[in-house]
Order: sequence, then structure tokens, then C-alpha cells
Amino acid sequence: MRPGKVRAIAVKELRQVARDPLTLAMLLGLPTMMLLLYGYAVNFDVRHIRLAIQDRDKTAASRDLGAAFVNSGYFDLAADLPAGADLERLTERRRAQAILVIPESYGRDLAAGRTARVQLVIDGADANTATTVLGYASAITAEAGAEVTRAAFLRNAGGMGGSGGQRGAAPARAEPIDYEPRVWYNPELKSTQFLVPGLVGFILMLTAVLSTALSVVREKERGTMEQLRVSSLTPGELLVGKTIPYLAISLLATAIILLAARALFGVVVRGSYLDLFAVTFVYLVGALGLGLLVSSVADSQAMAFQLGAATSMLPSILLSGFIFPIRAMPAAVRALTYAVPARYFLVVLRGVILKGAGLAPYLTDLAFLLAYALVVLGLAFARLTRKEV
Amino acid sequence: MTGTAGTAAPVIEVAGLFKRFGSFTAVDDVSFTVSHGEVFGLLGSNGAGKSTIIRMLCGLMRPSAGKVRVAGLDVTAEPERLKRRIGYMTQRFSLYDDLPVEQNLRFFGGIYGLRGAQLAEREGWALRMADLEGKEKLLTGSLPAGWKQRLALGCALLHRPEIVFLDEPTGSVDPVSRRRFWHLIDGLARDGVTIIVTTHYLDEAERCDRLALMHDGRLVALGTVAELKEVFAGRVLLEVTCPRFLDALRLLESADWVLEATVFGTRLHVVAADAEEGRRRIVEALTADGNTPVAVERIVPSLEDVFIHLIEREGQRERGESGEGGGRGESGGRTGSPEGAKP
Repeated sequence: MRPGKVRAIAVKELRQVARDPLTLAMLLGLPTMMLLLYGYAVNFDVRHIRLAIQDRDKTAASRDLGAAFVNSGYFDLAADLPAGADLERLTERRRAQAILVIPESYGRDLAAGRTARVQLVIDGADANTATTVLGYASAITAEAGAEVTRAAFLRNAGGMGGSGGQRGAAPARAEPIDYEPRVWYNPELKSTQFLVPGLVGFILMLTAVLSTALSVVREKERGTMEQLRVSSLTPGELLVGKTIPYLAISLLATAIILLAARALFGVVVRGSYLDLFAVTFVYLVGALGLGLLVSSVADSQAMAFQLGAATSMLPSILLSGFIFPIRAMPAAVRALTYAVPARYFLVVLRGVILKGAGLAPYLTDLAFLLAYALVVLGLAFARLTRKEV
Repeated sequence: MTGTAGTAAPVIEVAGLFKRFGSFTAVDDVSFTVSHGEVFGLLGSNGAGKSTIIRMLCGLMRPSAGKVRVAGLDVTAEPERLKRRIGYMTQRFSLYDDLPVEQNLRFFGGIYGLRGAQLAEREGWALRMADLEGKEKLLTGSLPAGWKQRLALGCALLHRPEIVFLDEPTGSVDPVSRRRFWHLIDGLARDGVTIIVTTHYLDEAERCDRLALMHDGRLVALGTVAELKEVFAGRVLLEVTCPRFLDALRLLESADWVLEATVFGTRLHVVAADAEEGRRRIVEALTADGNTPVAVERIVPSLEDVFIHLIEREGQRERGESGEGGGRGESGGRTGSPEGAKP
């Protein structure tokens, strides 16, 4: 490895990027744009859910429950339905996304300390929203139940207290049930907080893979690769020279994303920046290696683009735990996620950014990231040094 | 042009070289040697195997069989040592179009390990050689083909290679630039650089010290231009001008006293054993057909005649020397291009 030759390649590569505003924009601007896009569009905080209430009970207790939903801030009262209204028509026309049905026995059951049952009809067309609505509703009914319990407790202290809500009833107790929701790391349950690390992982993977793959394949297409192969350059020198500039650019892109995430979404890095960039570095080496591997397979820029996007983007979104929790995946798919570097990167990044953790608890994840980088680079090296038949 | 082969050990030795792509044989048992300071041409139509040979000589491609020694090195065993001593340039002028002239030179100098004063000196030399002084800042992509060609040559020569491989170097360049390029090549040869060049331009081939004529992967003939023209010894070439030249071609092809008949533009080139006898019979035959020739003249065979004649002869040998007199001017019917079969 002769540093002069590596530098010659790296300098040439940087000059080419600098002269190509489109590539530079893609490498530096696209990440921020994607952050904006995903940060706002892929917002898992569901608000203003159109709720219709069918209160068949019409007691103070039932009105309290209805008010609890509306006052939660997540639900907008779309309709107050009379008994016997056509619920199906309502959801079909999407006038309501959720319908709360409070049966006639609600107030009575609650007062008697029996489990009071309410029905919540949710439009499941959008599964993500539905899941979220279900979560909100559970929390609200639990809270309402707790309130009721407390009220009952105050009324006949030490006597029979009732709890109610959608969930099974808790038996009456001597002390009031203290329902106190506590969420760690992301107290407001803002999904952007949780999303930013995932976005960083996915965006870096995409841009790093594409930039290296395209830069190598461009040389193949132009015929300059042959010129390089006939020179006294070793494949190692070529590989390192090609990787360094994109590594630097990608780290710069990381900094830009973090700044944007802070400015736009108030995501603050709680851990150390050194840890953050250290893990990003390892992750990027693997990503650039994947880019080189893609370039060794693809013969045209179009093919490199498709192959690069497919191998970087899809796994980083679908199999990394970015959007879909890995624990909820079928075993076969879960096994697949072990080969996705974004999976490990995400865990470490969430730890460093959200929890302010150091790297010590994540040594296994780091080891996997390193192993991935080495394997991919090794494969790319083997393929790129292979003699033309 | 420099003199032909000296007595010193050859700079390039190729013996029994084969290259197969699956069932297709792109290079078929080729052997030749090239001496120091020689301009050696590989002549042949597209797909004749010229580029494949060059690529094997540069170590870009592994031969299927055969021996290749360049600059005393076994190409397959010591490709890295070889690479420092050779220069390579193709028709594609493998330059970075998105970088200025000077940065292309700097980059190619850099990957050959040149730097500082040495790099600056070679850069200056290449700019002068390519006549691109004052154009250092121009974007390479904006240069005319002739300039790019000279810049590509400059880049290939920065590290002072002893042997330079030029693969169809004048492919997309205008005639004036081509002539200029050949002046540069002659100059290099005078300085003792050995040059291997592929071409399908016959006028360029005439400028080579020695020529290897390639057809369908085989070496059909090898020698100086004068030596190659010897194939016409004992025969004459007659140029026939007549009103309906295609009818005349059909007629003459089938005559047993015609050795070969080929269309050249709107005229025919006919190979016969004797000038007077041939002329008399041509006039006789065509007049009888109501196609009286305007002129039948004996001409000195050009390299093109030699080329077509040799390929024609090769085609006949392939067909098993059937007794038919001549064939059409097209080279053998086989197609298949090693360019197309590149992996």
C-alpha cells in the first residue's frame, strides 16, 4: 500500500465529486431532505382521530368516559350517535375512525364494582393507526377506571371499591390504585425521537452504498477502470483510495443529519459524540464495502443503482427494527435480520442518542458491525481482484 | 520509421497463444515476436482477435493457452512488475471527462507513483508532446477527439514505458489528427520505445515496420509491407472498369482462368496469372456479354488487395481448397467478435 497512490485516487475522487453538484447534493442534501420527509411523513404519533360515541348508558359515568377520550387530545368527537345507529355505514364512509360504544349497564356495573365493559370499534384499514388507537384507548380506559376507583374509594372509604374499563377489573383494594404512566427515553412518546436513529442508519447506508457503487461502475463504463488495472496500482490501493473520500463525505452527512434532527425535531444526542462517530465509522466501512461489492457485480450505473438501492434500502428499513419491531417478526425473518448491519447500528445509536449510554453495553452489536464490514470488504476485494477470464 | 528487427532478444515473444470464450476461439494459435524499437501492427477487421491479443499482452486477460513474454517477463506470472514498464491506450481514450486536462495528467502520474518535481516535469513533457500547452484548465470532456487522443497518449506515457500498446488509437479521430498522431508514434519509436498498435486502417498499417494480419483469430500473414505484397508474385492484378460491374463480377467469378475477383468501389480487381492473357480474356468475355469494359489496366497491388487476397486464400483453405477459381471480395462468412464476447 503506497500512500502516494492512494492519495492520488482519493484526491481525484474528491475533485470529481466537487465538480459534480448533483452527486454532492445527493450525498449531502438528500439525507437532510429524507430526514425532513420521513420525519414529518412517517410520523407514528396519531392525533385527531375521528371518534364517534354511542352512549347508550347516558349516566354521569358514561359521559365521563366519553370526555376522557376527547380530553386526551388524541380524539376529536366526530359524532354523538343515538342508540341503534348504523355503525358500519359510519366507518365505511370514514366519517369515524373509531367508535366508542358504551352499553346501558356501564354506570350500573361500575357502581356495583363489577367489571364494566365498553366496546371500541376501530377502523383497521390502516393497521398502524389502528394499533396506536388501541393503545391510546387502553390507556384512557385504564386511567378512567383508576379515576373511578379512586372516586369510589373516597366515597366509601375502606368499603367496596370498583374498578372498570375495558380491561379486566382489578379487585377493590384498601388503597387507591395509583395509575401512573411512565415512559422512559421518549417521554412524550414522540416517534420522531425514536425514528431519527433509524433514519440515520438507513440514509447513511443508502448514500454510502450508492456513491461507492456508482463511482466504481462509472469507471467501468468509461473504460478508465481498465486503464487503472493496467497501471501498477494494486487493488488494495484502489479500494482504499476509492473508499476514503466517501467515508469522509458520509461522516459529514451524518453531522448534517444530526444538526437537522436537532433543529427540526429537537433530537439531542445525550451520549458522547465520539462514541457516536466511532460506531458510525464502523457502520460506514461496512456500507462502503457493500457498495464495492455491488460495483463488482453490476456492469452499468443503472444496474448498480438498482442493486445498491435494493441491498441497502430495503433491509435497512424493513429488517433493522427501524419501523417494524424485530421481536414481532416471524422466526425466519428474524434470523435474516442478523445479517443486516442497520439492526446493530440502530440499537447502538438509539442507546447513544436517546439514552446517553456509552458503548460498553453494546460491544456485541459493535462486534457484529465489525464482522459485517470485514466480510463484505473481503468479498468485494476478492471479486475486484479476480482476473478477467 | 525505424529499421526492422535487430539481433537483440525480442521485447515481446508470443508462442502458440490461444484465447477461448466458451466454444468460441477468439485467438487461435498465434505466434510472433517484436523487436526493440519496432512499430508492430496488428491488422484485421473487427472481431479478428487483435484487441484480445493486446489485452493478453498487457496482463488484462489470461490466455487460455500459450506463452507470452513481454520485456523478458512472463505476463501471467509477474503482471505487477510488467505493468510498470508498459503503457496502454485504447480507442476509448480512457480519461476522466469531468476533470480538466491537468488533473487527468496529475492523476495518472500519481497512480504511477510520480510526484513533486518529477511529476511536474513529466506533465510539462506530456502537454508539449500533445500540444496542449495553455489548455491545462480545459475540461477534458469538451476537447475535440484529436486532442483527447493526444492527451490519452500523454497519460499513457507519463511513466516512460518501454513498450506501448495502442488499441485502435485513431478510431474516432479526423485524418489530420491521425497523421499527427502517427508522427508522435514515429518519434517514440525513434527514441527506442517499442510500439504495438492495432488498426483496421490500411493506410496506418503501411506505416508499421512489420504487420501481423489477423483473420478470425488466426495469424494469416506476418512481415513487412513489402514482404506481404510478395504474395502477388507470379500473378497480376488487373483493374476493370465497365458499365455493369456487378454483372461483370458474377461472370468473372465463375471463369476458371480468374484467380480472384473483387469489387473496389465501382471497379473490379481481378487476379490473373498473366497480364496480357488476362486482359484479352476479360475484354472478350465482357464484350460477349454486352458489357464492354472501358478500361482494363494492370495495377500495383495495395495493402488492401493483399489483405483481401490473403483472407480469400484463408477462406479457401478453410473450405478445403475446392477447385473454384475465386470468391467474392467479402472476407469469409464467419462472424463472431471477441469484442462482443468479452466477459
